[in-house]
Amino acid sequence: MTDRLDRDALARRVAADIPDGAYVNLGIGAPTLVADHLPPGSEVILHTENGMLGMGPAPAPGHVDPDLINAGKLAVTELPGAAYFHHADSFGMMRGGHLDLCILGAFQVSQTGDLANWSTGAPDAIPAVGGAMDLAIGAKDVYVMTDLMTKGGESKLVAACTYPLTGVGCVTRVYTDRAVFDVTPEGFAVRELFGTTTLDELRELTGLALTVVVEAATPEES
Amino acid sequence: MIDKTVADLREAVAGIRDGATVMVGGFGRAGQPVELIDALIDAGASELTIVSNNAGGGDVGLARLIAEGRVRKVVCSFPRQSDSWHFDRAYREGRLELELVPQGNLAERIRAAGAGIGAFYSPTAVGTPLAEGKEHREIDGRTYLLEHPIRADVALISGLRADRWGNVVYRRTARNFGPIMATAATTTVVQVDEIVPLGSLDPEAIVTPGIFVDRVVAVGNRRWLRDGEFVGGVDLQGEPLAERLDDPAATSTAGGDR
Repeated sequence: MTDRLDRDALARRVAADIPDGAYVNLGIGAPTLVADHLPPGSEVILHTENGMLGMGPAPAPGHVDPDLINAGKLAVTELPGAAYFHHADSFGMMRGGHLDLCILGAFQVSQTGDLANWSTGAPDAIPAVGGAMDLAIGAKDVYVMTDLMTKGGESKLVAACTYPLTGVGCVTRVYTDRAVFDVTPEGFAVRELFGTTTLDELRELTGLALTVVVEAATPEES
Repeated sequence: MIDKTVADLREAVAGIRDGATVMVGGFGRAGQPVELIDALIDAGASELTIVSNNAGGGDVGLARLIAEGRVRKVVCSFPRQSDSWHFDRAYREGRLELELVPQGNLAERIRAAGAGIGAFYSPTAVGTPLAEGKEHREIDGRTYLLEHPIRADVALISGLRADRWGNVVYRRTARNFGPIMATAATTTVVQVDEIVPLGSLDPEAIVTPGIFVDRVVAVGNRRWLRDGEFVGGVDLQGEPLAERLDDPAATSTAGGDR
């Protein structure tokens, strides 16, 4: 048994928490994997901010349609019941609170739910924000899906973000390779531990005084 | 009699002056009016302000307009792509100005211009670096930022079909910014695959009513359609696939990111 979940297992874990019938936007990168693990038969409707509800998986080879792409500008397909709309309607769906859930990647999440995921503030970087700020404040729930630690060994869960913010107090839950955390008025609360990871290890890794919301459970995958 | 049809691309972009603000539809390559942009390059206007979600990819369309040195300023949400080398170079060399706008605010600012809204309060970007310098206002306990409309002299957009009144239908996610940009410019120019007889577009399915459109020009069918039906056989750039239909590049060449 290891102390963490791999990307696919984490995507499956996130997918298991998405209720049937939810309208969901999956951010670029790891969150996209969640689409591959939605329970068969559930009608989770995927929104892509470039103007579509009812997005399906990548097309078969030779069937790429340049007019049918997702927010990551990759080829997708249309499911029965799909709908197209223009950009102002698409972002009205977010900003207007119609989207149930948005799952995003992160550079940092603070214990008050602040999200930093669009810029590391590097002075020579070309800034680009896309729809990240609109997504962060729009959906009813914002889940972050990420490794707990950066490649450099720093915790992505922090007391306060040091990178430029994407949104303030917007994240409600964080799924990491080590554990699931809820953002609560008392800071991060551990919802579930993966593998052999312990609460003390998490406190050491994050440097945060973590509370616990539920009995630590171990998913069958790990 | 109303006839917004123009004979060719040169006529479609006629009158675009140096220093004009030009909205360019599209999200990445989907819906980007490449033929109109090529005509704009040929027409010679420079010092342009471009309003578009991205700042071009590869060497065609918007990317080529920037490469040719015609752009003074870009208003967009996501200029950086894996293949945005022309924008990247011009930006790093200080040859163009960038106004970075969150995508939803960009869309709503364009919509507001077309709908006659003076300005509006948006919750997006509160507490971020992009809120700096903007008026903040608390409404019912939530903080918003004052956002102003974005208008343009010209909008260049791409649709699937139009009639001579300028009614337009789009195709799939190539719709994106087209319908709102069409409302926000003094002169709206739409390139379409074909111009169909008046009355042949289903009135229930028209997305952009002709009142918003000034010129329409036919550019011929996109490669991946035959008689209006999808036939595939292209990559994400719309280029024909080599004989190997299982080429993984076919599904992953669009330049990534947003």
